[in-house]
Amino acid sequence: MTAATGATTSTAARAKTGQTKQRVITFVSYALLFALAAMFLYPFLYATLTSFKPLPEIAADPAHLWPQTWTTEAYQALRGLNVPRWAFNSALIAVTVTLATVAFASLAGYALARVRFPGSKGVFNAILGTMMVPGIVLLIPMFMVLKFLGLVDTYGGLILPKLVTAYGIFLMTQFFKSIPTELEEAARIDGANVFQTFYRVVMPLARASLIALTIATFQGSWNEFQHPLIVITVNNNLYTLPLGLALLRGNMGQNLQWNVLMAASMLTTLPMAVIFIVFQRYFIQGVSYGGVKE
Amino acid sequence: MASGIKQMDRQNAIAGWLFMVPALAVFAVFVVIPIIFAVIVSFTDWNGISPPTDANLVGLANYKKVLITPGITQTDFFTALKNTTYFALGVVPAQTILSLVIAVVINQQRLRFKQFFRVSYYFPSITSSIAISLLFMLMYQKDGVINSFLNTITFGLWPPVVWLNDPRGLFHIILGALGITVSTVPAALTSTTIGGVTLWNWISGPSVSLLGIMLLNTWTTIGTMMLIFVAALQDVPLQVYEAAAIDGATSWQAFRKITLPLLRPTTFFVVTLGMIGTFQVFDQVYVMSSGGPAKTTLTIAYMVYREGFRNSAMGIGATVAIVLFFIIFALTMIQRRITEGRES
Repeated sequence: MTAATGATTSTAARAKTGQTKQRVITFVSYALLFALAAMFLYPFLYATLTSFKPLPEIAADPAHLWPQTWTTEAYQALRGLNVPRWAFNSALIAVTVTLATVAFASLAGYALARVRFPGSKGVFNAILGTMMVPGIVLLIPMFMVLKFLGLVDTYGGLILPKLVTAYGIFLMTQFFKSIPTELEEAARIDGANVFQTFYRVVMPLARASLIALTIATFQGSWNEFQHPLIVITVNNNLYTLPLGLALLRGNMGQNLQWNVLMAASMLTTLPMAVIFIVFQRYFIQGVSYGGVKE
Repeated sequence: MASGIKQMDRQNAIAGWLFMVPALAVFAVFVVIPIIFAVIVSFTDWNGISPPTDANLVGLANYKKVLITPGITQTDFFTALKNTTYFALGVVPAQTILSLVIAVVINQQRLRFKQFFRVSYYFPSITSSIAISLLFMLMYQKDGVINSFLNTITFGLWPPVVWLNDPRGLFHIILGALGITVSTVPAALTSTTIGGVTLWNWISGPSVSLLGIMLLNTWTTIGTMMLIFVAALQDVPLQVYEAAAIDGATSWQAFRKITLPLLRPTTFFVVTLGMIGTFQVFDQVYVMSSGGPAKTTLTIAYMVYREGFRNSAMGIGATVAIVLFFIIFALTMIQRRITEGRES
């Protein structure tokens, strides 16, 4: 639209009609943008309000937005359904996986970007290559490996395979390649060894990338569904929130308790929502890095 | 001095490999070995319950059963292929075009509330697919929010649809409105089958239920793709547009002749992401429909899971997964060829 403004100011006569046109365009744009925002946010408002309704009210009129009677019975029901335990599991797994991924991906990324060791190029290409394999293709063989190792129905099975990702290594390698080598060279001349250079000089520079990777990994782990679905077969105490939520819905059959399901859904969404609102710009950065991939 | 450099080289090599050890260990056990196993399992009759070492090698039997021998497995696979293809053909263009348009609009310099728009459009992308699926299940109820919204904006013309339990194909519905139904089409369409699916069923279009999942999928992915486009748009120098404006280009011309060509690599990336994502759609199907009604939401990814973990046929599941891998690989290659062809 910047271009349109420029083009229409070429003559005075055109400028006037151009201005009216511009105003209409601006108004329509804002109307559409706000309508779109409503479309993306309304379902969350609706779900939150539904979680505070008593069940008969939802059955009577599911299209009604505002609760006639406010109740927290759905949230009380969650405690009896082991949901607090699932929330604990989700948090424990997400934190462990995130810390490990950030540490291992930085180490590997630094080695691949800077320390020229024999075979580094081949290793980097191999890691990139694995990103081509769709996750669903590894569903069955992953289960097989976990069964071999006795990791089915254990925390180990949930956590160990997720300790590092190809995406994380790729992201950190690209970052370390992008910073100038002078600082490290200076540190090396001053007598620092590889490890000291890494911790004291390079890592502090990587703050923004590390935060972006932290957020992306945490989000991926918190929302992960397929992996826990195949790892956990019987033990209800090892469910994560998404897995528990899906099985909760399955166990209800045709008698879906919508207020309970919405309460659990909103509890699953809330932590990510808070993190998102606080760290918005790093989310956006993480996605932009993804865009650099090609 | 020479020995000093040598010593540093050796120190480098040791440090390099040391730094790599944790990542490589995880990768070897949980990525490389599974990739190898993925192929091996597809040649066995492993049931997933007995120890994997008890499985028998069956050669290409699983591939024959999935692709060639008429039977329920073959019909299911081609039904899943049909559903997944309709899913991708609907969702990928929709998410790419919508996210591009939104990105261009909210990237305007003088736009206010920019951050608010960005955050609200991206918000669904950060949430759990399972939570979102449940939320949409509620909204898709016959007397739910979506039907009542459509009813309002069409002034009562919209008939309530049982979104998640309606196997009618979209193209069948349209043809039906024109008087073309299964009883009036030439018999050849209903008697000829390809891969166990009749020609009439091949042209069904996505079922209403699949369409419901497609809308949900588009809704959750637009935000991510929009951000990728916004990041790319910010790299386009403003002077280019200023120069175009001085030369008398309209905003539409500027978009067609400047923005679109510059965004080509990004568009390629977004379409690739979209294809890889849609060909693996699973979570929503698991929660919302389990492949039903009448197998019209059975996707290839869901079939992998169903065969392996529900029907105790890991061999068949692994085979479907390998076929899926080749489909995605081929599509990416074809798409790359097309994009590169256009560039030169």
